[in-house]
Amino acid sequence: MTAPYLSLEAVGMDFGAGAKSVCAVRDVNLAIEKGEVVSIIGHSGCGKSTLLNAIAGLLRATRGVVILDGKEVDDPGPDRAVVFQNHSLLPWLSAYDNVRLAVDKVFRGRKSAAERHAWTEHNLRLVHMDHAARKHPDELSGGMRQRIGIARALAMEPKVLLMDEPFGALDALTRAHLQDTLMEIQGRLRNTVITITHDVDEAVLLADRVVMMTNGPAATIGAVLRVDLPRPRKRLELTEHPGYIHARAELLRFLYQRHAAPAADAA
Amino acid sequence: MSDRMTTLIDTLATPRSASPISDRVSAALRDLAASLRNALPAVIALAVLLAIWELLCRGEGAALPPPSRVIADTWPLIVDPFFDHGGVDKGMFWHLAASLKRVALGFSLAASVGIALGVLIGQSSLAYRGLDPIFQVLRTVPPLAWLPLSLAAFQQADPSAIFVIFITAIWPIILNTAVGIREIPQDYVNVARVLRLSPLEYFFKIMLPATVPYMFTGLKIGIGLSWLAIIAAEMLIGGVGIGFFIWDAWNSSLVSEIILALVYVGLVGFLLDRAISRLAARVGGRTRS
Repeated sequence: MTAPYLSLEAVGMDFGAGAKSVCAVRDVNLAIEKGEVVSIIGHSGCGKSTLLNAIAGLLRATRGVVILDGKEVDDPGPDRAVVFQNHSLLPWLSAYDNVRLAVDKVFRGRKSAAERHAWTEHNLRLVHMDHAARKHPDELSGGMRQRIGIARALAMEPKVLLMDEPFGALDALTRAHLQDTLMEIQGRLRNTVITITHDVDEAVLLADRVVMMTNGPAATIGAVLRVDLPRPRKRLELTEHPGYIHARAELLRFLYQRHAAPAADAA
Repeated sequence: MSDRMTTLIDTLATPRSASPISDRVSAALRDLAASLRNALPAVIALAVLLAIWELLCRGEGAALPPPSRVIADTWPLIVDPFFDHGGVDKGMFWHLAASLKRVALGFSLAASVGIALGVLIGQSSLAYRGLDPIFQVLRTVPPLAWLPLSLAAFQQADPSAIFVIFITAIWPIILNTAVGIREIPQDYVNVARVLRLSPLEYFFKIMLPATVPYMFTGLKIGIGLSWLAIIAAEMLIGGVGIGFFIWDAWNSSLVSEIILALVYVGLVGFLLDRAISRLAARVGGRTRS
Protein backbone atom coordinates (compact mmCIF):
# COMPACT_ATOMS: atom_id res chain seq x y z
CA MET A 1 0.00 0.00 0.00
CA THR A 2 1.37 3.40 -0.96
CA ALA A 3 1.49 6.27 1.50
CA PRO A 4 -1.45 8.68 1.22
CA TYR A 5 -0.92 12.11 -0.37
CA LEU A 6 -1.75 13.98 2.81
CA SER A 7 -1.80 12.30 6.16
CA LEU A 8 -2.46 13.48 9.67
CA GLU A 9 -0.96 11.14 12.22
CA ALA A 10 -2.05 11.39 15.84
CA VAL A 11 -2.27 15.16 15.51
CA GLY A 12 -3.04 16.99 18.73
CA MET A 13 -3.01 20.63 19.66
CA ASP A 14 -2.69 22.16 23.11
CA PHE A 15 -2.97 25.86 23.75
CA GLY A 16 -1.14 27.43 26.66
CA ALA A 17 1.54 25.77 28.69
CA GLY A 18 1.82 23.86 31.93
CA ALA A 19 -1.17 23.28 34.19
CA LYS A 20 -3.29 25.85 32.37
CA SER A 21 -2.89 24.26 28.97
CA VAL A 22 -6.07 23.38 27.13
CA CYS A 23 -6.26 20.50 24.71
CA ALA A 24 -8.16 21.74 21.64
CA VAL A 25 -7.73 18.75 19.36
CA ARG A 26 -6.41 15.25 20.06
CA ASP A 27 -5.60 12.04 18.21
CA VAL A 28 -6.62 13.09 14.73
CA ASN A 29 -5.73 10.47 12.16
CA LEU A 30 -6.74 11.14 8.60
CA ALA A 31 -5.45 10.08 5.21
CA ILE A 32 -6.42 12.04 2.13
CA GLU A 33 -5.81 10.97 -1.45
CA LYS A 34 -4.71 13.22 -4.25
CA GLY A 35 -7.69 14.88 -5.93
CA GLU A 36 -10.01 14.12 -3.05
CA VAL A 37 -12.40 16.70 -1.61
CA VAL A 38 -12.85 16.42 2.13
CA SER A 39 -15.26 18.47 4.22
CA ILE A 40 -14.72 18.87 7.93
CA ILE A 41 -17.91 19.59 9.84
CA GLY A 42 -18.65 20.16 13.50
CA HIS A 43 -20.13 22.59 15.96
CA SER A 44 -18.43 25.87 16.82
CA GLY A 45 -15.39 25.35 19.01
CA CYS A 46 -14.77 21.80 17.82
CA GLY A 47 -11.29 22.64 16.62
CA LYS A 48 -12.04 22.55 12.88
CA SER A 49 -10.08 25.71 12.24
CA THR A 50 -7.28 24.59 14.54
CA LEU A 51 -6.95 21.44 12.49
CA LEU A 52 -6.92 23.38 9.22
CA ASN A 53 -4.31 25.79 10.58
CA ALA A 54 -2.16 22.83 11.57
CA ILE A 55 -2.29 21.51 8.00
CA ALA A 56 -1.58 25.02 6.69
CA GLY A 57 1.37 25.26 9.05
CA LEU A 58 0.05 28.50 10.52
CA LEU A 59 -0.12 26.64 13.83
CA ARG A 60 2.27 23.93 14.76
CA ALA A 61 0.71 20.71 16.00
CA THR A 62 1.90 20.09 19.54
CA ARG A 63 1.57 16.35 19.05
CA GLY A 64 1.71 14.13 15.99
CA VAL A 65 2.69 15.09 12.46
CA VAL A 66 1.16 16.31 9.22
CA ILE A 67 2.80 14.79 6.16
CA LEU A 68 2.10 16.17 2.68
CA ASP A 69 3.51 14.41 -0.37
CA GLY A 70 6.18 12.71 1.71
CA LYS A 71 7.30 15.83 3.58
CA GLU A 72 6.51 16.90 7.10
CA VAL A 73 4.64 20.19 7.37
CA ASP A 74 6.27 22.56 9.83
CA ASP A 75 5.68 26.03 8.43
CA PRO A 76 3.17 27.78 6.16
CA GLY A 77 3.79 27.76 2.43
CA PRO A 78 2.14 28.25 -0.92
CA ASP A 79 1.83 24.49 -1.52
CA ARG A 80 -0.97 24.67 1.08
CA ALA A 81 -2.86 27.74 -0.06
CA VAL A 82 -5.53 28.93 2.32
CA VAL A 83 -8.83 30.58 1.43
CA PHE A 84 -9.69 32.48 4.59
CA GLN A 85 -13.21 32.97 5.83
CA ASN A 86 -13.14 36.75 5.44
CA HIS A 87 -11.33 36.73 2.08
CA SER A 88 -8.33 38.61 3.57
CA LEU A 89 -7.54 40.37 0.33
CA LEU A 90 -5.16 43.27 0.71
CA PRO A 91 -7.45 46.31 0.35
CA TRP A 92 -4.77 48.55 -1.15
CA LEU A 93 -4.30 46.21 -4.11
CA SER A 94 -6.68 45.63 -7.00
CA ALA A 95 -8.16 42.18 -7.55
CA TYR A 96 -5.53 41.56 -10.22
CA ASP A 97 -2.68 42.75 -8.00
CA ASN A 98 -3.84 40.60 -5.11
CA VAL A 99 -3.58 37.52 -7.31
CA ARG A 100 -0.45 38.79 -9.03
CA LEU A 101 1.32 39.22 -5.68
CA ALA A 102 0.88 35.49 -5.05
CA VAL A 103 1.79 34.57 -8.63
CA ASP A 104 4.94 36.69 -8.55
CA LYS A 105 6.01 35.22 -5.24
CA VAL A 106 5.44 31.60 -6.22
CA PHE A 107 6.58 31.65 -9.85
CA ARG A 108 9.37 34.23 -9.86
CA GLY A 109 12.27 32.68 -11.67
CA ARG A 110 10.12 29.94 -13.17
CA LYS A 111 7.83 32.03 -15.34
CA SER A 112 8.51 35.21 -17.30
CA ALA A 113 6.61 38.40 -16.45
CA ALA A 114 4.35 37.86 -19.46
CA GLU A 115 3.61 34.30 -18.39
CA ARG A 116 2.87 35.45 -14.83
CA HIS A 117 0.50 38.07 -16.22
CA ALA A 118 -1.27 35.46 -18.34
CA TRP A 119 -1.44 33.05 -15.41
CA THR A 120 -2.96 35.75 -13.18
CA GLU A 121 -5.61 36.53 -15.78
CA HIS A 122 -6.25 32.85 -16.33
CA ASN A 123 -7.01 32.32 -12.66
CA LEU A 124 -9.28 35.35 -12.52
CA ARG A 125 -11.15 33.88 -15.49
CA LEU A 126 -11.46 30.55 -13.69
CA VAL A 127 -13.48 32.18 -10.92
CA HIS A 128 -15.37 34.37 -13.47
CA MET A 129 -13.81 37.55 -12.16
CA ASP A 130 -11.78 38.69 -15.19
CA HIS A 131 -14.21 41.61 -15.64
CA ALA A 132 -13.38 42.96 -12.17
CA ALA A 133 -9.60 42.61 -12.35
CA ARG A 134 -8.95 46.34 -11.92
CA LYS A 135 -11.40 46.79 -9.07
CA HIS A 136 -10.32 47.07 -5.46
CA PRO A 137 -11.80 44.86 -2.74
CA ASP A 138 -13.93 47.69 -1.35
CA GLU A 139 -15.65 47.94 -4.71
CA LEU A 140 -16.58 44.26 -4.78
CA SER A 141 -19.36 42.32 -3.09
CA GLY A 142 -18.61 39.67 -0.47
CA GLY A 143 -19.05 36.86 -2.97
CA MET A 144 -16.77 38.53 -5.52
CA ARG A 145 -14.07 39.08 -2.91
CA GLN A 146 -14.22 35.44 -1.97
CA ARG A 147 -13.89 34.49 -5.65
CA ILE A 148 -10.72 36.59 -5.83
CA GLY A 149 -9.51 34.86 -2.66
CA ILE A 150 -10.06 31.51 -4.35
CA ALA A 151 -8.31 32.71 -7.50
CA ARG A 152 -5.32 33.80 -5.41
CA ALA A 153 -5.16 30.41 -3.73
CA LEU A 154 -5.57 28.47 -6.99
CA ALA A 155 -2.94 30.60 -8.69
CA MET A 156 -0.33 29.25 -6.27
CA GLU A 157 -0.93 25.78 -7.75
CA PRO A 158 -1.14 24.34 -4.25
CA LYS A 159 -0.83 20.64 -3.55
CA VAL A 160 -3.81 21.02 -1.30
CA LEU A 161 -6.35 23.82 -1.20
CA LEU A 162 -7.44 24.65 2.34
CA MET A 163 -10.69 26.50 2.82
CA ASP A 164 -11.72 27.82 6.23
CA GLU A 165 -15.50 28.25 6.06
CA PRO A 166 -15.01 29.99 2.73
CA PHE A 167 -18.68 30.71 2.13
CA GLY A 168 -19.78 31.15 5.73
CA ALA A 169 -20.23 34.91 5.52
CA LEU A 170 -22.22 34.88 2.27
CA ASP A 171 -25.94 34.83 1.63
CA ALA A 172 -27.49 31.55 0.48
CA LEU A 173 -27.76 32.39 -3.23
CA THR A 174 -24.22 33.72 -3.51
CA ARG A 175 -22.99 30.71 -1.57
CA ALA A 176 -24.68 28.35 -4.05
CA HIS A 177 -23.01 30.14 -6.99
CA LEU A 178 -19.61 29.85 -5.37
CA GLN A 179 -20.10 26.21 -4.51
CA ASP A 180 -20.94 25.55 -8.16
CA THR A 181 -17.87 27.45 -9.32
CA LEU A 182 -15.68 25.55 -6.90
CA MET A 183 -17.07 22.17 -8.05
CA GLU A 184 -16.62 23.18 -11.69
CA ILE A 185 -12.98 24.14 -11.11
CA GLN A 186 -12.22 21.09 -9.00
CA GLY A 187 -13.82 18.91 -11.67
CA ARG A 188 -11.40 20.33 -14.24
CA LEU A 189 -8.22 20.62 -12.21
CA ARG A 190 -8.72 17.72 -9.78
CA ASN A 191 -7.40 19.73 -6.86
CA THR A 192 -7.09 18.18 -3.46
CA VAL A 193 -9.38 20.25 -1.28
CA ILE A 194 -10.09 20.40 2.43
CA THR A 195 -12.99 22.64 3.28
CA ILE A 196 -14.35 23.48 6.68
CA THR A 197 -18.04 24.09 6.99
CA HIS A 198 -20.89 24.12 9.43
CA ASP A 199 -23.43 23.67 6.66
CA VAL A 200 -24.65 20.09 6.23
CA ASP A 201 -25.79 20.59 2.63
CA GLU A 202 -22.51 22.18 1.64
CA ALA A 203 -20.54 19.33 3.17
CA VAL A 204 -22.50 16.66 1.27
CA LEU A 205 -22.61 18.62 -1.97
CA LEU A 206 -18.88 19.30 -2.17
CA ALA A 207 -17.16 16.38 -0.52
CA ASP A 208 -16.09 12.87 -1.36
CA ARG A 209 -15.78 12.32 2.36
CA VAL A 210 -17.19 14.26 5.28
CA VAL A 211 -15.17 14.25 8.49
CA MET A 212 -17.35 14.82 11.53
CA MET A 213 -15.71 16.29 14.61
CA THR A 214 -16.81 15.68 18.17
CA ASN A 215 -17.29 18.66 20.45
CA GLY A 216 -14.33 20.40 22.06
CA PRO A 217 -12.32 20.70 24.16
CA ALA A 218 -10.19 17.72 23.23
CA ALA A 219 -12.18 17.27 20.02
CA THR A 220 -11.36 14.51 17.61
CA ILE A 221 -12.81 12.78 14.58
CA GLY A 222 -16.15 11.21 15.55
CA ALA A 223 -17.01 9.60 12.25
CA VAL A 224 -16.17 9.77 8.58
CA LEU A 225 -18.89 9.53 5.96
CA ARG A 226 -18.15 8.61 2.36
CA VAL A 227 -20.37 10.44 -0.11
CA ASP A 228 -20.67 8.29 -3.23
CA LEU A 229 -22.61 10.66 -5.41
CA PRO A 230 -21.79 10.86 -9.10
CA ARG A 231 -19.98 13.94 -10.38
CA PRO A 232 -20.59 16.45 -11.78
CA ARG A 233 -23.13 17.06 -9.10
CA LYS A 234 -26.19 19.18 -9.80
CA ARG A 235 -27.79 20.58 -6.68
CA LEU A 236 -31.33 20.34 -8.05
CA GLU A 237 -31.06 16.68 -9.03
CA LEU A 238 -29.39 15.85 -5.75
CA THR A 239 -32.25 17.04 -3.58
CA GLU A 240 -34.24 13.97 -4.71
CA HIS A 241 -31.28 11.58 -4.77
CA PRO A 242 -31.58 8.81 -2.14
CA GLY A 243 -27.81 8.84 -1.55
CA TYR A 244 -27.89 12.55 -0.87
CA ILE A 245 -30.85 12.31 1.47
CA HIS A 246 -29.19 9.47 3.32
CA ALA A 247 -25.85 11.28 3.70
CA ARG A 248 -27.60 14.39 4.88
CA ALA A 249 -29.57 12.43 7.47
CA GLU A 250 -26.38 10.76 8.70
CA LEU A 251 -24.71 14.11 9.27
CA LEU A 252 -27.74 15.57 11.00
CA ARG A 253 -27.97 12.56 13.28
CA PHE A 254 -24.32 12.92 14.18
CA LEU A 255 -24.49 16.65 14.81
CA TYR A 256 -27.79 16.90 16.62
CA GLN A 257 -28.21 13.51 18.29
CA ARG A 258 -24.90 11.95 19.09
CA HIS A 259 -22.88 15.13 19.48
CA ALA A 260 -25.39 17.87 20.07
CA ALA A 261 -23.82 21.25 20.74
CA PRO A 262 -23.13 21.79 24.42
CA ALA A 263 -25.99 23.80 25.90
CA ALA A 264 -23.83 26.82 26.63
CA ASP A 265 -22.67 27.09 23.03
CA ALA A 266 -25.96 26.13 21.45
CA ALA A 267 -26.98 29.73 20.96
CA MET B 1 -32.29 85.57 -1.21
CA SER B 2 -29.14 83.64 -1.87
CA ASP B 3 -31.13 80.42 -1.72
CA ARG B 4 -33.26 81.73 -4.51
CA MET B 5 -30.13 82.69 -6.36
CA THR B 6 -28.68 79.21 -6.17
CA THR B 7 -31.98 77.75 -7.31
CA LEU B 8 -31.80 80.11 -10.23
CA ILE B 9 -28.27 78.95 -11.02
CA ASP B 10 -29.45 75.37 -10.74
CA THR B 11 -32.27 76.04 -13.16
CA LEU B 12 -29.93 77.76 -15.57
CA ALA B 13 -27.50 74.92 -15.22
CA THR B 14 -30.02 72.23 -16.08
CA PRO B 15 -28.81 70.76 -19.35
CA ARG B 16 -31.18 71.32 -22.22
CA SER B 17 -29.20 70.10 -25.16
CA ALA B 18 -27.09 66.98 -25.43
CA SER B 19 -23.96 68.80 -26.59
CA PRO B 20 -20.95 67.86 -24.44
CA ILE B 21 -19.69 71.43 -24.07
CA SER B 22 -22.90 72.77 -22.61
CA ASP B 23 -22.98 69.65 -20.40
CA ARG B 24 -19.56 70.49 -19.06
CA VAL B 25 -20.49 74.14 -18.54
CA SER B 26 -23.66 73.22 -16.74
CA ALA B 27 -21.77 70.71 -14.58
CA ALA B 28 -19.27 73.43 -13.68
CA LEU B 29 -22.11 75.81 -12.84
CA ARG B 30 -23.72 73.17 -10.65
CA ASP B 31 -20.42 72.63 -8.83
CA LEU B 32 -20.07 76.35 -8.31
CA ALA B 33 -23.60 76.60 -6.99
CA ALA B 34 -22.97 73.70 -4.63
CA SER B 35 -19.75 75.15 -3.24
CA LEU B 36 -21.40 78.56 -2.81
CA ARG B 37 -24.15 76.88 -0.85
CA ASN B 38 -21.60 75.00 1.27
CA ALA B 39 -19.54 78.09 2.04
CA LEU B 40 -22.52 80.28 2.81
CA PRO B 41 -22.97 79.42 6.52
CA ALA B 42 -19.28 80.02 7.19
CA VAL B 43 -19.35 83.38 5.41
CA ILE B 44 -22.42 84.46 7.37
CA ALA B 45 -20.93 83.32 10.69
CA LEU B 46 -17.72 85.22 9.94
CA ALA B 47 -19.65 88.36 9.08
CA VAL B 48 -21.65 88.14 12.31
CA LEU B 49 -18.51 87.63 14.41
CA LEU B 50 -16.77 90.57 12.74
CA ALA B 51 -19.84 92.73 13.32
CA ILE B 52 -19.93 91.86 17.03
CA TRP B 53 -16.21 92.56 17.32
CA GLU B 54 -16.65 95.89 15.52
CA LEU B 55 -19.48 96.89 17.87
CA LEU B 56 -17.64 95.85 21.03
CA CYS B 57 -14.38 97.66 20.18
CA ARG B 58 -15.79 100.70 18.50
CA GLY B 59 -16.07 103.01 21.50
CA GLU B 60 -13.37 105.31 22.83
CA GLY B 61 -10.95 103.62 25.21
CA ALA B 62 -11.48 100.08 23.95
CA ALA B 63 -8.37 97.99 24.69
CA LEU B 64 -8.38 96.30 21.28
CA PRO B 65 -8.92 97.86 17.87
CA PRO B 66 -12.05 96.96 15.87
CA PRO B 67 -11.60 95.09 12.56
CA SER B 68 -11.95 98.26 10.51
CA ARG B 69 -9.02 99.80 12.42
CA VAL B 70 -6.96 96.63 12.07
CA ILE B 71 -7.35 96.71 8.31
CA ALA B 72 -6.65 100.43 8.11
CA ASP B 73 -3.53 100.15 10.32
CA THR B 74 -2.06 97.14 8.58
CA TRP B 75 -3.04 98.00 5.03
CA PRO B 76 0.61 98.51 3.91
CA LEU B 77 1.47 95.07 5.28
CA ILE B 78 -1.51 93.43 3.62
CA VAL B 79 -0.97 94.90 0.16
CA ASP B 80 2.80 94.36 0.08
CA PRO B 81 3.80 91.13 1.80
CA PHE B 82 7.08 90.93 -0.13
CA PHE B 83 9.03 94.04 0.91
CA ASP B 84 12.43 93.58 2.46
CA HIS B 85 14.07 96.51 4.24
CA GLY B 86 16.79 94.40 5.77
CA GLY B 87 17.08 92.96 9.28
CA VAL B 88 13.73 91.89 10.65
CA ASP B 89 11.89 94.66 8.78
CA LYS B 90 10.40 92.40 6.14
CA GLY B 91 6.97 91.69 4.66
CA MET B 92 4.65 89.08 6.15
CA PHE B 93 5.56 86.63 3.42
CA TRP B 94 9.19 86.51 4.52
CA HIS B 95 8.27 86.01 8.16
CA LEU B 96 5.90 83.19 7.33
CA ALA B 97 8.40 81.66 4.92
CA ALA B 98 11.11 81.67 7.60
CA SER B 99 8.79 79.98 10.09
CA LEU B 100 7.63 77.45 7.51
CA LYS B 101 11.22 76.64 6.59
CA ARG B 102 11.99 75.78 10.22
CA VAL B 103 8.82 73.70 10.43
CA ALA B 104 9.64 71.91 7.20
CA LEU B 105 13.10 70.96 8.47
CA GLY B 106 12.07 69.98 11.97
CA PHE B 107 8.96 68.18 10.83
CA SER B 108 10.74 66.18 8.11
CA LEU B 109 13.29 65.07 10.67
CA ALA B 110 10.53 64.15 13.10
CA ALA B 111 8.64 62.24 10.41
CA SER B 112 11.64 60.15 9.34
CA VAL B 113 12.94 59.40 12.82
CA GLY B 114 9.42 59.03 14.24
CA ILE B 115 8.27 56.51 11.64
CA ALA B 116 11.47 54.52 12.06
CA LEU B 117 11.12 54.42 15.84
CA GLY B 118 7.40 53.66 15.52
CA VAL B 119 8.16 50.70 13.29
CA LEU B 120 10.76 49.53 15.79
CA ILE B 121 8.52 49.58 18.84
CA GLY B 122 5.52 48.36 16.86
CA GLN B 123 7.47 45.38 15.62
CA SER B 124 9.50 44.32 18.59
CA SER B 125 7.79 43.84 21.91
CA LEU B 126 11.18 44.07 23.62
CA ALA B 127 11.80 47.51 22.12
CA TYR B 128 8.24 48.43 23.03
CA ARG B 129 8.66 47.46 26.66
CA GLY B 130 11.99 49.25 26.81
CA LEU B 131 11.15 52.49 25.06
CA ASP B 132 7.43 53.06 25.45
CA PRO B 133 7.58 54.13 29.13
CA ILE B 134 10.33 56.62 28.29
CA PHE B 135 8.35 58.01 25.34
CA GLN B 136 5.23 58.29 27.45
CA VAL B 137 7.05 60.48 29.96
CA LEU B 138 8.97 62.59 27.43
CA ARG B 139 5.95 63.32 25.28
CA THR B 140 4.25 65.19 28.13
CA VAL B 141 7.13 67.70 28.37
CA PRO B 142 5.81 70.98 26.89
CA PRO B 143 7.62 72.11 23.73
CA LEU B 144 9.00 75.33 25.21
CA ALA B 145 10.55 73.47 28.12
CA TRP B 146 12.95 71.93 25.60
CA LEU B 147 14.08 75.32 24.30
CA PRO B 148 16.61 76.27 27.03
CA LEU B 149 18.10 72.79 26.84
CA SER B 150 18.45 72.91 23.07
CA LEU B 151 19.90 76.43 23.22
CA ALA B 152 22.47 75.12 25.64
CA ALA B 153 23.23 72.18 23.38
CA PHE B 154 23.28 73.94 19.98
CA GLN B 155 24.43 77.43 21.08
CA GLN B 156 22.50 78.89 18.15
CA ALA B 157 18.95 80.08 17.67
CA ASP B 158 18.02 78.35 14.43
CA PRO B 159 19.02 74.75 15.18
CA SER B 160 17.43 75.15 18.62
CA ALA B 161 14.10 76.15 17.10
CA ILE B 162 14.27 73.27 14.64
CA PHE B 163 15.05 70.87 17.46
CA VAL B 164 12.03 72.11 19.43
CA ILE B 165 9.81 71.36 16.44
CA PHE B 166 11.40 67.97 16.01
CA ILE B 167 10.93 66.99 19.63
CA THR B 168 7.36 68.31 19.68
CA ALA B 169 6.17 66.58 16.52
CA ILE B 170 7.93 63.25 16.95
CA TRP B 171 5.85 61.69 19.76
CA PRO B 172 2.48 61.42 18.04
CA ILE B 173 4.25 60.11 14.93
CA ILE B 174 6.07 57.40 16.87
CA LEU B 175 3.07 56.34 18.91
CA ASN B 176 0.57 56.28 16.05
CA THR B 177 2.91 54.39 13.75
CA ALA B 178 3.49 51.82 16.48
CA VAL B 179 -0.24 51.38 17.06
CA GLY B 180 -0.76 50.98 13.31
CA ILE B 181 1.80 48.21 13.16
CA ARG B 182 0.40 46.38 16.13
CA GLU B 183 -3.09 46.65 14.62
CA ILE B 184 -2.18 44.94 11.34
CA PRO B 185 -4.93 42.32 10.98
CA GLN B 186 -3.81 38.75 11.63
CA ASP B 187 -5.30 37.83 8.23
CA TYR B 188 -2.73 39.93 6.39
CA VAL B 189 0.02 38.38 8.46
CA ASN B 190 -1.29 34.93 7.58
CA VAL B 191 -1.37 35.81 3.88
CA ALA B 192 2.24 36.90 4.15
CA ARG B 193 3.17 33.66 5.91
CA VAL B 194 1.43 31.44 3.37
CA LEU B 195 3.17 33.34 0.57
CA ARG B 196 6.47 33.18 2.46
CA LEU B 197 7.16 36.87 1.97
CA SER B 198 10.65 37.89 3.02
CA PRO B 199 10.94 40.49 5.80
CA LEU B 200 11.67 43.17 3.22
CA GLU B 201 8.70 42.17 1.05
CA TYR B 202 6.53 42.06 4.15
CA PHE B 203 7.63 45.56 5.08
CA PHE B 204 6.84 47.10 1.71
CA LYS B 205 3.84 45.05 0.62
CA ILE B 206 1.94 44.59 3.87
CA MET B 207 3.27 46.58 6.81
CA LEU B 208 3.73 49.95 5.15
CA PRO B 209 0.40 50.10 3.29
CA ALA B 210 -1.50 48.74 6.30
CA THR B 211 0.04 51.35 8.60
CA VAL B 212 -0.24 54.41 6.36
CA PRO B 213 -3.52 55.70 7.82
CA TYR B 214 -2.13 55.51 11.35
CA MET B 215 1.08 57.22 10.29
CA PHE B 216 -0.89 60.04 8.78
CA THR B 217 -2.91 60.47 11.94
CA GLY B 218 0.42 60.96 13.71
CA LEU B 219 1.76 63.25 11.00
CA LYS B 220 -1.39 65.36 11.14
CA ILE B 221 -1.18 65.81 14.90
CA GLY B 222 2.56 66.40 14.52
CA ILE B 223 2.27 69.19 11.96
CA GLY B 224 -0.31 70.96 14.12
CA LEU B 225 1.96 70.76 17.16
CA SER B 226 4.96 71.92 15.11
CA TRP B 227 3.14 75.03 14.06
CA LEU B 228 2.11 75.71 17.66
CA ALA B 229 5.66 75.22 18.86
CA ILE B 230 7.43 77.33 16.26
CA ILE B 231 5.39 80.44 17.01
CA ALA B 232 6.19 80.15 20.71
CA ALA B 233 9.85 79.31 20.13
CA GLU B 234 10.37 82.20 17.73
CA MET B 235 8.96 84.63 20.29
CA LEU B 236 11.87 83.69 22.50
CA ILE B 237 14.70 83.27 20.03
CA GLY B 238 14.01 86.31 17.83
CA GLY B 239 15.16 86.76 14.23
CA VAL B 240 12.95 86.60 11.17
CA GLY B 241 9.79 84.58 11.71
CA ILE B 242 6.13 85.08 12.36
CA GLY B 243 6.51 84.31 16.08
CA PHE B 244 9.07 87.05 16.54
CA PHE B 245 6.98 89.36 14.38
CA ILE B 246 4.16 89.00 16.91
CA TRP B 247 6.48 89.61 19.85
CA ASP B 248 8.04 92.60 18.13
CA ALA B 249 4.60 94.06 17.40
CA TRP B 250 3.66 93.65 21.06
CA ASN B 251 6.83 95.44 22.16
CA SER B 252 5.98 98.30 19.81
CA SER B 253 2.32 98.29 20.95
CA LEU B 254 1.13 97.59 17.41
CA VAL B 255 -1.92 95.55 18.38
CA SER B 256 -3.36 95.65 14.85
CA GLU B 257 -0.23 93.95 13.52
CA ILE B 258 -0.57 91.23 16.14
CA ILE B 259 -4.11 90.57 15.00
CA LEU B 260 -3.08 90.45 11.34
CA ALA B 261 -0.29 88.02 12.23
CA LEU B 262 -2.72 85.81 14.14
CA VAL B 263 -4.99 85.62 11.10
CA TYR B 264 -2.03 84.52 8.99
CA VAL B 265 -0.90 82.01 11.60
CA GLY B 266 -4.39 80.50 11.70
CA LEU B 267 -4.67 80.32 7.93
CA VAL B 268 -1.25 78.74 7.47
CA GLY B 269 -1.92 76.20 10.23
CA PHE B 270 -5.20 75.32 8.56
CA LEU B 271 -3.49 74.91 5.18
CA LEU B 272 -0.77 72.71 6.66
CA ASP B 273 -3.40 70.46 8.23
CA ARG B 274 -5.33 70.29 4.96
CA ALA B 275 -2.18 69.51 2.99
CA ILE B 276 -1.44 66.48 5.18
CA SER B 277 -5.06 65.33 4.96
CA ARG B 278 -4.95 65.62 1.17
CA LEU B 279 -1.75 63.65 1.04
CA ALA B 280 -3.21 61.01 3.35
CA ALA B 281 -6.29 60.64 1.17
CA ARG B 282 -4.11 60.18 -1.91
CA VAL B 283 -1.66 57.75 -0.38
CA GLY B 284 -3.89 55.74 1.88
CA GLY B 285 -7.29 55.80 0.27
CA ARG B 286 -7.83 52.07 0.43
CA THR B 287 -5.98 50.76 3.37
CA ARG B 288 -8.92 49.17 5.15
CA SER B 289 -11.74 47.32 3.50
